[in-house]
Amino acid sequence: MSKQKLVVIGNGMVGQKFLEQFASKEQAANFQITTFCEEPRAAYDRVHLSEYFSGKTAEDLSLVPEGFFDASSIDIRLGDKAVAIDRKNKEVKSATGDIISYDKLVLATGSYPFVPPIPGKDRPECLVYRTIEDLEAIKATAAKSRVGVVVGGGLLGLEAAKALKDLGLETHVVEFAPRLMAVQIDEGGGKMLRTKIEELGVQVHTGKNTQEIVDGEETTLRMHFADGSHLDTDLILFSAGIRPQDELARQAELEMGERGGIAVNNFCQTSDEDIFAIGECALWNNRIFGLVAPGYQMSQVAADAISGEFSSEFKGADMSTKLKLMGVDVASIGDAHGMTKGAQSYIYTDEHNQVYKKIVVSEDGKYLLGAVLVGEAEEYGTLLQMMLNNIELPEFPDALILPQRGDSAAPAMGVDKLPDSAQICSCNNVSKGDLCCAVQGGITELGELKSATKAATSCGGCAALVGQVLNAELEKLGIEVKKDLCEHFPYSRQELYHLVRVDGIRSFEELIAKHGKGKGCDICKPTTASILASCWNDHIIEPKLAGLQDTNDYFMANMQKDGTYSVVPRVPGGEITPDGLIAIGQIGKKYNLYTKITGGQRIDLFGAKVNELPLIWKELIDAGFESGHAYGKSMRTVKSCVGSTWCRYGVQDSVGMAILVEQRYRGIRSPHKVKLAVSGCTRECAEAQSKDIGVIATEKGWNLYLCGNGGMKPRHADLFASDLDDVTLIKYIDRFFMFYIKTADRLQRTSVWMDNLEGGLDYLRDVIINDSLGIGEELEAQMNHLVNTYQCEWKATVEDPEKMKRFRHFINSDESDSNVVFVNERGQIRPARDEEKRIDAVTV
Amino acid sequence: MNAKAELSWVPVCELDDLLTNVGVCAKVADKQVAIFKVAEGDSFNLYAIDNHDPFSKANVLSRGIVGDLKGHNVVASPIYKQHFCLDTGKCLEDDIQIPVYKVRENAGKVEVFLD
Repeated sequence: MSKQKLVVIGNGMVGQKFLEQFASKEQAANFQITTFCEEPRAAYDRVHLSEYFSGKTAEDLSLVPEGFFDASSIDIRLGDKAVAIDRKNKEVKSATGDIISYDKLVLATGSYPFVPPIPGKDRPECLVYRTIEDLEAIKATAAKSRVGVVVGGGLLGLEAAKALKDLGLETHVVEFAPRLMAVQIDEGGGKMLRTKIEELGVQVHTGKNTQEIVDGEETTLRMHFADGSHLDTDLILFSAGIRPQDELARQAELEMGERGGIAVNNFCQTSDEDIFAIGECALWNNRIFGLVAPGYQMSQVAADAISGEFSSEFKGADMSTKLKLMGVDVASIGDAHGMTKGAQSYIYTDEHNQVYKKIVVSEDGKYLLGAVLVGEAEEYGTLLQMMLNNIELPEFPDALILPQRGDSAAPAMGVDKLPDSAQICSCNNVSKGDLCCAVQGGITELGELKSATKAATSCGGCAALVGQVLNAELEKLGIEVKKDLCEHFPYSRQELYHLVRVDGIRSFEELIAKHGKGKGCDICKPTTASILASCWNDHIIEPKLAGLQDTNDYFMANMQKDGTYSVVPRVPGGEITPDGLIAIGQIGKKYNLYTKITGGQRIDLFGAKVNELPLIWKELIDAGFESGHAYGKSMRTVKSCVGSTWCRYGVQDSVGMAILVEQRYRGIRSPHKVKLAVSGCTRECAEAQSKDIGVIATEKGWNLYLCGNGGMKPRHADLFASDLDDVTLIKYIDRFFMFYIKTADRLQRTSVWMDNLEGGLDYLRDVIINDSLGIGEELEAQMNHLVNTYQCEWKATVEDPEKMKRFRHFINSDESDSNVVFVNERGQIRPARDEEKRIDAVTV
Repeated sequence: MNAKAELSWVPVCELDDLLTNVGVCAKVADKQVAIFKVAEGDSFNLYAIDNHDPFSKANVLSRGIVGDLKGHNVVASPIYKQHFCLDTGKCLEDDIQIPVYKVRENAGKVEVFLD
């Protein structure tokens, strides 16, 4: 059977989602798939487009899984535009002149920015905001500009204003309507939003109708408004709404809406049953859906239909939305304006903290119809579910938005009231039933639940709700989630840390006598040792602490498979002098050690016996080295590239910063190892985005990335803050590192820790940047204590005869372990294998 | 030395050489013996097991962390973390048993019995 031909026009977010959904079907094997992509690159994340200005690259924003097109045998025509559809012959003509025939055709052409017909709108400084190419044009024009104006105060307009602000321009927003985000929020909310945005340095002009754009006097351009006023600017960004990209369909004489849009039925079929339209170009029930979530629903419906299943239908979508605009939380749910007949509202305004909240309820007061939240939007998930699932309101509905003080807990909706079909995560279409299923399958932690179901992994707006569903389901199953560290302590690591701090506990004996039972074990002893070190920073092999340490910490070296150890001196930032290299080489040679360069830009010396460790270290210390703490669950290394000092592309001194950071945090014990890196420019040669703490230089300072890691489950770090000066950078790292030390579980890397925090990255920003818990200074003080009490553990050891005594294999003999045998390989030693040892034994 | 003739207590070190809950290794004849002084209330008990870890095949058990699990005093191998009962030498995770030795304090000295 010859394959059917499926052609998809448009490789935007929705077009790509369709391809992925369709390719995952068995029937996909019967189709030969071609997709047009007018832009020079395949699908990328337009929702997070503004992050392109705060450090993300086009690759970071890409939505295409690596190797996807090859693996799914999809022919992608990058940079080629479909210019005509011949419905009679079932063919699509491309800009390059090729003719591609189809059996089924999907239009995912999206939308284009609407530019009002103002005289002067075609000047080179007048731009739009939709594609990466648009952003490049904005960046180039901004470089020559001082002032920038965004025309349009809607959702996208405010995003665009943030972009101009990030580019360092004096930024204005000009809006035709009397308030910002007029579609989504009401007058009170708009007023509060305006106050907040103006405080952030963006000037807002509402009720302004632009008449023409002419040459400016001091600036490049001048805008004249209908009320006679004017505004001078160097750059104008139009963000006055979108229009469906429907030209192809119009030419092909498909049924269209009066004001554009390709009419589709519940299967997303157009008036030609072999042609489908999805996303922002499609018109369903006379409505265009300009959000990505409904687009994804349409793509699934179309994929189901084209595969022949026709198993789902598009029945409209909720347009409620929650977002962060320039750091301000804004949410709009359902009937935000109270247009329903008989609707009543409750409004709460707090001008001091700049919070505005409104709920709209039905005439009988029983059901929630809509809501507006500005300045604080934690209730979004709960309110949305109440509205979508017609859950009866509590007796006093205003309690839903009034601040919670003292003991008055928020009236819980009770997630058990939600039906299994309730969609909890609209970004990834995860229902309550999906979550419950995963919990029944054995998941007990929020982080696991998120990665298994993808819920709360895009915008994160539903994270609190996902947590509630998890807890409710666990309770229903009778599963008590034990956070006990081990049989000796009925506490989690975080709780033990708190007890040690509050009670001023300085030894394991004291802790277990007060808060635990029994003698302890190889779980709670090293955990306690780490907590004590993070709090008080006493020398780790003081007699009262020595027995708590894993052998690596006890001997301050890394035990290898044969019982010998490896030694890693600190090489801050990977910078080492020729004399330093020679000294390490000579010591390695003298003690016949195997030497290898590590991934963290230092040198590892293997095959040292316990009795040799102090001798080796004495010589290393004499040569100017100190402990590298490669053996500890602690800050390891700060990798760096050579930076602006030597590199012709570098924009900051990355080596200098790496050394500063490594000297600051050296030796600090933490719940797990912590790795850092500093790159001197956006080329990122130090691979900072694969580290717990990654720093990348920008023209203006440093971008800080957090919570990445390599290893078994590699994860890119998330961009946390941009263009920081040195002082702020260190302040944020101090707070982040200490907050992690205080609250993470045992052996939990930063990425897993963050995934388990309910608000994820945004929550961390609130704690670290906005100091929402009021602990910022305390965290810095505790970090300063650790920095100021640093000592080289090895230097303190070789100077103490009592400690030196312990470095011997036998307590009653100076012999070394005869079971440690080396053979030569590639000019160095390696541990002998069993059979080699037997041969050795015979020959001896 | 004629090993067969010497069925006796062999002194290996001073009691004061041992830190509480920290192991040491002693060479007794041709054997490597891991010795532990485990706190028991205000007093202590001495334990001696073979220093050889059957899982990693390295002589390292004296360097493990001492504690108790479900009422048994144990040491955890520093390499792959299996637990060995200090009384019996039994491994808690696997059907394997390592030799244990008699050990005592005698006039301030730690002595291991060799048979």
